[in-house]
Amino acid sequence: MFTVLDMAQPDKLEEAFEILTKRKNNTILGGCAFLKMSKKRIGTGIDLSRLNLDYIREDNGFIVIGAMAALRDLETNALLRDAFGGILSQSVRNIIGVQFRNGVTVGASVYSRYGFSDLLTALLVLDTEVELYNGGKMPLRDFLQKPYEKDILVQLRIEKNQRLAAFSSFRKSASDFAVLNIAVSNLDKQWTIAVGARPGRAVIAETASRALSQGHLSAEEIEAAAKIAADELSFGTNTRGTAGYRKALCQVLVKREIMEVLQCKSN
Amino acid sequence: MQIELTVNDKLVTWDVENDEFLADTLRAHGFLSVKKACDTSCCGLCTVWMDGKPILSCSILAMRAHGKKITTIEGVSQAAEEFARILTAEGAEQCGFCSPGFIMNVLAMKNELDNPTEDEIIHYLTGNLCRCTGYMGQLRAVKTYLGVA
Ligand SMILES: Cc1cc2nc3c(=O)[nH]c(=O)nc-3n(C[C@H](O)[C@H](O)[C@H](O)COP(=O)(O)OP(=O)(O)OC[C@H]3O[C@@H](n4cnc5c(N)ncnc54)[C@H](O)[C@@H]3O)c2cc1C
Ligand code: FES
Ligand code: FES
Repeated sequence: MFTVLDMAQPDKLEEAFEILTKRKNNTILGGCAFLKMSKKRIGTGIDLSRLNLDYIREDNGFIVIGAMAALRDLETNALLRDAFGGILSQSVRNIIGVQFRNGVTVGASVYSRYGFSDLLTALLVLDTEVELYNGGKMPLRDFLQKPYEKDILVQLRIEKNQRLAAFSSFRKSASDFAVLNIAVSNLDKQWTIAVGARPGRAVIAETASRALSQGHLSAEEIEAAAKIAADELSFGTNTRGTAGYRKALCQVLVKREIMEVLQCKSN
Repeated sequence: MQIELTVNDKLVTWDVENDEFLADTLRAHGFLSVKKACDTSCCGLCTVWMDGKPILSCSILAMRAHGKKITTIEGVSQAAEEFARILTAEGAEQCGFCSPGFIMNVLAMKNELDNPTEDEIIHYLTGNLCRCTGYMGQLRAVKTYLGVA
């Protein structure tokens, strides 16, 4: 069980960051579901509840999601159910149960960059920016490649455009971790394919995305792009599946999600 | 630290540890309907409401309940009894250990969803495990209770 020696409830981000960096074991508290499973000995726990970061709103052409928004808020929010084929709402709906999702936060889910993350896979195919208190704004894909640094994830900013998207997660049973996550999106001629729970962290299949964007979307080209994705990415083995199984799944699911996006386009 | 909250419509002031979870606080104050049956936030037995929304009290720090309204099954006894009668009539209760958490989530669903389909019901209740019943009797009871059977 984790322990928290002192508790801070700052009213300003500046103060929160100052406490965070003061001691090595000072830690931001999200919903605490993940922290609870650790044996972490926290010096000062920093509760962000007073900063009012639990919003989801539209702002100047962006959908902005505060770090303390709950995953269940993503799932039920009308704005997100409508945007991008509803993939953000869909991506979180299989994570444990409703009660769990009412308690866990978007900020922790993104900051922690879990390999199994359903949400990260979906966010990667959208024009998502991460805003850190100290590190500033950066595209999600850059954030995912950065080494861990102590910082506070303040909010996500997603460009609200006409991007169409589809997401699917392959699970052995509802509420278990995914064996593989796939997201595909299209804006104008540009396609983006992301694969997560490989079981490593979600990445974009760059070569496959480029091939698809340059072609004419014939059945052969779609099949080929799905194969390129499966070939260019690395997969690993864990209790939920072998690397070979994931690779085979990847090809099939990428093809399916491309078809799904095309279907949305024709509607 | 000290927290002030409303539990089943009664204002209380409690002293809690920084790393204390709400389920333990509630049980320590006599709300023994709140059960815990896992260490991994996956069984749903500890379900209570915070400002009307179902949460896992085992996974939420007690200090987060400051200024909030917490509801346990003791606070909704009439609705709980009504549903429990249907549940037992369907033979869907065996050891009963999962029932308080399950019932709290069923009542929350009734407040949140209008005429849910079977898929929507199952999706809402996925986070409530039961090791005895096999879920079919529970599903029948829920549908009867919601009038969507
Ligand atoms: C049993 C279990 C099963 C799960 N299954 C899935 C699954 O199938 N799919 C999936 O996608 N996810 C899954 N998750 C992850 C879950 O969705 C959350 O991402 C996770 O619990 C973290 O959220 P939290 O609010 O509980 O964070 P916490 O436990 O509070 O924090 C986690 C980490 O993030 C840091 N942190 C929190 N907020 C911030 C912030 N704003 N800025 C910087 N750092 C911050 C904390 O310091 C801590 O290191 C699972 C989690 C659990 C416990
Ligand atoms: S005790 Fe199992 S989810 Fe809370
Ligand atoms: S009746 Fe025994 S666990 Fe549900």
